[in-house]
Amino acid sequence: MAASTAAVAETQPEVLLAGHGITKHFGSVVANDDVSVELRPGRILALLGENGAGKSTLVNVLFGLHRPDAGQVVIADEQVELSSPHDAIARGVGMVHQHFQLVPPMSVVRNIVLGAEPRKLGMIDVAQARRRVLELADRFGLHVDPDAAVEDLPVGAQQRVEILKALYRDARVLIADEPTAVLTPQETDHLLDVLRGLTDQGVGIVFITHKLREVMAAADDIVVLREGKVVGTTTPAETSEAALAELMVGRAVDLHGDRFESGATGVGSAAPVEIAPDDPAPVPETTSAEDSGQPVVLDIAGLCADDDRGQRAVDELTLAVRAGEIVGVAGVEGNGQRELVEAITGLRHATAGNVSISDRDASGARPRQVTVIGVGHIPEDRAKHGLIGSYSVADNSVLNRYFKRPFAAGGMLRRDRIDSHARDVVATFDVRTPDVESPADSLSGGNKQKLIVGREFSDEIDLLIAAQPTRGIDIGAIEFIWRRIRERRDEGTAVLLVSAELDEVLALSDRVAVMYEGRIVATVDPRTATREEIGLLMAGAAAGVGS
Amino acid sequence: MTVTHDGGTHDAGAGSAASAASGNAGVRGWSPQRMWSVAGAVVLVACVWGFYAWDGAQTTAVLGGTVRAATLLVLGAMCGMIGERSGIVNIGIEGQFLMSAFTAFTVASMSGSLFLGVVAGVSTGLAMGWMLAAMSVGLRTDQIIAGTVLNIAALGLTSFFYDRGRSLGQPKYQSIELGPLADLPVVGTALFNRPPLTYLALVLVVVLHVLLLRSVWGMRTTAIGEHPGAAATVGIDVIRLRYWNVTLAGGLAGLGGAYLALESVGTFTRAMSGGRGFLALAVMIFGRRTPLGAYAAALFFGFTTALQGQFQLNDTFDIPAQFVGMLPFVVTIIVVAAAGLFGRMRDPAALGQPYEVR
Repeated sequence: MAASTAAVAETQPEVLLAGHGITKHFGSVVANDDVSVELRPGRILALLGENGAGKSTLVNVLFGLHRPDAGQVVIADEQVELSSPHDAIARGVGMVHQHFQLVPPMSVVRNIVLGAEPRKLGMIDVAQARRRVLELADRFGLHVDPDAAVEDLPVGAQQRVEILKALYRDARVLIADEPTAVLTPQETDHLLDVLRGLTDQGVGIVFITHKLREVMAAADDIVVLREGKVVGTTTPAETSEAALAELMVGRAVDLHGDRFESGATGVGSAAPVEIAPDDPAPVPETTSAEDSGQPVVLDIAGLCADDDRGQRAVDELTLAVRAGEIVGVAGVEGNGQRELVEAITGLRHATAGNVSISDRDASGARPRQVTVIGVGHIPEDRAKHGLIGSYSVADNSVLNRYFKRPFAAGGMLRRDRIDSHARDVVATFDVRTPDVESPADSLSGGNKQKLIVGREFSDEIDLLIAAQPTRGIDIGAIEFIWRRIRERRDEGTAVLLVSAELDEVLALSDRVAVMYEGRIVATVDPRTATREEIGLLMAGAAAGVGS
Repeated sequence: MTVTHDGGTHDAGAGSAASAASGNAGVRGWSPQRMWSVAGAVVLVACVWGFYAWDGAQTTAVLGGTVRAATLLVLGAMCGMIGERSGIVNIGIEGQFLMSAFTAFTVASMSGSLFLGVVAGVSTGLAMGWMLAAMSVGLRTDQIIAGTVLNIAALGLTSFFYDRGRSLGQPKYQSIELGPLADLPVVGTALFNRPPLTYLALVLVVVLHVLLLRSVWGMRTTAIGEHPGAAATVGIDVIRLRYWNVTLAGGLAGLGGAYLALESVGTFTRAMSGGRGFLALAVMIFGRRTPLGAYAAALFFGFTTALQGQFQLNDTFDIPAQFVGMLPFVVTIIVVAAAGLFGRMRDPAALGQPYEVR
């Protein structure tokens, strides 16, 4: 392996990986339209774009997962035809997948050598495999326990295994697909350092993201995609976050401090949002409800709940949310946030503790009872808990109260009422759908989410529980949903926001509760706490800021 | 020997199965489970020894019957576990047994060669394995339905072509004594004075155990059953490997069918597999999808069958035959339920999910 790297240094190609005029159709959709990118040795190329902009299609073409309809792929100065990822791997292109391609119960060493095992008489030469993995880990500073089962490792370590897997196959190009999506800010910084270290050894990196901050921090070259086309090629020195955001979305957006203030007030407005004047320190519009003496709406005391494997995931958690405030739960995914939300909403059995909502005991309540008390729930998993994909938009718009008047009478549904309600939701919440009879599955992610928000908001609610309310949707829809959540807060609804995106928590919350290993380890003021402080708390450092 | 005594030995049998299964997990610490397993094994050995001292002939007969019943079960269980470790559920083992038993018997009867019969049985198993693979891997049919198709087809075909007048025309496979080993007390006759296919099955258990846990093939098989997408990204041809595995595993069930017709019984009768293809799946799960674990589990289930047979033969106890005949099945229900309560084992993550190449 050392020898091959020496060779890399001597015969360094001019272009490590490039696509020239890549065009790719899926049915009538043009995913990539004449896209050209070029990666040179020792550089980090950031591919920036919204969901559906064609980033993934492009790297799938470069990695041999898709065949382009037109255009050429170049690897190491040589034009190539890739018929499968195997061809790309053999030419030194490695992929760090967004969803790790690791076999959870197998050890780190076995995962790394899988498919290219050192062998002795058909058996795996474990000693040799282990030695080679340790060598690699040492050389690139990617430390990980070689004998641990992958499923027992934290996400950051799993990602290092994924990178090692590519390096074990002599990768000179690493394609990292949204590598920071699941990491804490500290893990993200560490990853960016690791990637930087790799480029020092001549490796080139294609880094796919929609996070502007990371692009500005790590990239050497930036390519912005929108609707399958390259709309900008630049470098961090020549651009700014605001300019990149505008390129990505195709219109001006207010991105100051990653906070969208509700500039537009029009209901259902899809008009361009004006750039807010440079606001030096955007603050939430209302002051903290704790000062205001508002009544407590959600009161959680000593709540415990187990995860699917029977391990305690929520551990004697205590938290209160008052009317008219947004409490954001920040935390790395997998620290019990999902179980917390499920325990409150009745989707999961709480093993101990109490939940009261609007002074009514809701411990052990079933989901419908929770709904009837006056709780709106934007669930984390749209497809699983939010909508029934094969049902129409109309049916989905009353999923939380189809059984009540005016939508049902005498055990029969009243289609006319349901349809007119659905048309209201569609108009008010800007759900783009041909008609209310279309199946929910036919909507885009952002429109599905707007439909859910519209459904949950169109009834009187005292408490809103929003779990990952903007995951995987485009900036326009994010903006819209954020504005609606703020409006609800201003009308006096208590909001519990759970999000893996620290930017989102910071942008929306009046108070930030940091969750770590099933507990709220600190509650901080988003106006004064820094990302770094919160990041440390998310990573389990109980010291530092707190209240 | 009383019925209450039997209760004790059953538990011990369960313990030893778990012990064999956890044996490959590592030897560093002694988990409580491991302690119980070893304790169970010790109690089991003590019981067997005690009974042997009390009544050598009957104990030997029961142990022999245990090994005889276990051989068929472990062959089926190994067929099932290769499939499941690759992500394919095989509930067609019953059909594979039956069809192979039929062809093995018919070919042996017509050719006059037991060996040709075994070849025919194994080939039939391979062919049925390939059919299962073609349906569940190739055509991505629901795997339960694919297995059911095999079972129904086997039952229908073998019943239709069943020839009541046909006999094997020669003795079935006879025991071969392995020199002085066969003279060992207690286990001598049970393990070392057996017909050839039993020995073959024992060798296969050990070989397959090593291959599944240590070989490149075994690791790749685990990978395609746990996370076929990950296996594909490192260049493993998931479809191809699943095809091979399910097909070759069918050969093991085919051997089981040949064993049933040519060594265990010596003839073919309608539906002679009698649900043991399904019992093999219980054995597989109870043995934690490892061959040695499955063999331990098979011995335990085999023991209940042998005990039942022995009860019906002698008239020490006045229990109606119908109740005695229930024994293996009642014990199966109890043990599988109990095993479910204690350490449940996780299925391969991609089990039952067809894999589609993007």
